[in-house]
Amino acid sequence: MLTVNNIQVYYGAIQALHGISFEVNEGEIVTLIGANGAGKSTTLRTISGLIRAKSGLIEFMGQDITKTPAHKIVKMGLAHVPEGRKIFPNLTVHENLLMGAYTKSDRTEIAASLENVFQRFPRLKEREKQHAGTLSGGEQQMLAMGRGLMCKPSLLILDEPSMGLSPILVEEIFNIIQEINQLGTTVLLVEQNAFMSLQIAHRAYVLETGRILLSGTAADLQANPKVRSAYLGDVIE
Amino acid sequence: MDMGKKTKMNLGKTAVLLLITLAVYVVMKALLISSILSSYWGLVLDQALITTIGALGLCIIYGFSGQFSLGHAAFYGIGAYAAAFVSKTYGHGSMAWFLLALPVGALTAALVAFLIGLPILRLRSDYLGIATLGFGIIVKVGMDNSNRLLPVLGGATGITGLPQVAGFDIIFLCTVMTVLLTRNFVQSSYGRACTAIRDDEIAADIMGIDTTRYKVLAFVFGCALAGLAGALYVHRYPFLHPSSFDFLKSFDFLLIVVLGGLGSMSGTIITSIAWVFLLEGLRFVLGQQFLEFRGVIYALILVVIILLRPQGIFGGKEVSVMAPPKAIPASGKEGPHADPGN
Repeated sequence: MLTVNNIQVYYGAIQALHGISFEVNEGEIVTLIGANGAGKSTTLRTISGLIRAKSGLIEFMGQDITKTPAHKIVKMGLAHVPEGRKIFPNLTVHENLLMGAYTKSDRTEIAASLENVFQRFPRLKEREKQHAGTLSGGEQQMLAMGRGLMCKPSLLILDEPSMGLSPILVEEIFNIIQEINQLGTTVLLVEQNAFMSLQIAHRAYVLETGRILLSGTAADLQANPKVRSAYLGDVIE
Repeated sequence: MDMGKKTKMNLGKTAVLLLITLAVYVVMKALLISSILSSYWGLVLDQALITTIGALGLCIIYGFSGQFSLGHAAFYGIGAYAAAFVSKTYGHGSMAWFLLALPVGALTAALVAFLIGLPILRLRSDYLGIATLGFGIIVKVGMDNSNRLLPVLGGATGITGLPQVAGFDIIFLCTVMTVLLTRNFVQSSYGRACTAIRDDEIAADIMGIDTTRYKVLAFVFGCALAGLAGALYVHRYPFLHPSSFDFLKSFDFLLIVVLGGLGSMSGTIITSIAWVFLLEGLRFVLGQQFLEFRGVIYALILVVIILLRPQGIFGGKEVSVMAPPKAIPASGKEGPHADPGN
């Protein structure tokens, strides 16, 4: 579904990604894990068109999107839930969700998506008319995810959905990600919380300083002593 | 979402809004005819309405779309000069030419805004402010030397003898139309896209909003309103001079929009009118001798309001007739909702 082939990304003179390649197949949850500054968010931002790759190729549903502007990529069915949520604080919850369906024009379809999102996140329904800026961190994350789902994406990209949330909420969010995936949405997940994301993912890639260090099934990586020591907090005997 | 219901509720609000404006019109007209409001204060009233039109333009650009412009007076001036040119060369006081001069003023400002907006709207906040400030200075210098291109524009001496064909009626009508147009724009999906860009441009981008397009659209629309205000201005005040369109004038518009509360049309409208009357009122309170102290007092008012109410007088809220219809339940199948706004 998504193929990233040897992309190189620079911020000014500094190279952030040194040729990253990976793929996401239909129906999977794929996670990119790695420490701060490994290039996880940069990779996602490059895929969704917010940053341009200097070289390399990104293909989504068989089409080259390397140079496609962000707003056109959304229309192709790729939704990006950004790091730090980036909800619209001065719009109401309802309006935020409508913004998520910006690329859709069929009103019955939008109403159905809205109903779906409210079913999945009943808290948002309760807060429907509230300004999004007044929501708690967890509610804002739910809103950001709900907003991403409003355009019925075939691929949902999540950047650090667990950031700043309590352990209980993190668990809830991860359960929801799994549910969304089981209903047919492919998920590309970036996380610092490697432990949680490896538990729900099918496959994973480990990033370090702009390169892919390891890749494999989530179960394999979870068992890998190198990963365990670096990201899961195990002490090597 | 049930659009029919939303439209109906909006029509209700529009009707109320029109009734209120009609009442205001009748009262003002009565005051003017009975000379309770002297012709001098009539002039001030017209200036207040013209300022409202221009300020609503900046309200869209800065208040709703978040694009910081320090050059709004340049577009006000461009509209004024374009309209003055039409009236001075062809119109000579004919009403038909005047009515043509209004759209000419607005469209010229819009065209210039489009050409200048495309390259500079990629800049953000302070940088955009500096670019628009620079543009404002270019326009002012251009006006000062305009006689070298077209002698009729008068250059640094300005233009005198413009036909004074704009009266309270047409200015009031233009103001009402501007208010309705602005309200409809802000409450449309275009307006929501602009607000999204203001709140978070990156998030707006990944929602599928073509951010460049909407920023340019808001800028062009806002500047067209400034141009319309300028076109009215030159047909109400007999003397047109480049110094009316300098940086301080841009600052005036900015003050009004910020004091009224960013993202509030009601705030902008009320503050525009209050501001113009305040400046004129001070002229009487202070007397000719202390007129220069006006600058001190108005700066003080600004400081005090920003300290006490940093979000502006209205702080992003609207009076109920200007407010959007309440959000409609997702299913759209529930029973009709009474509109609590009216």
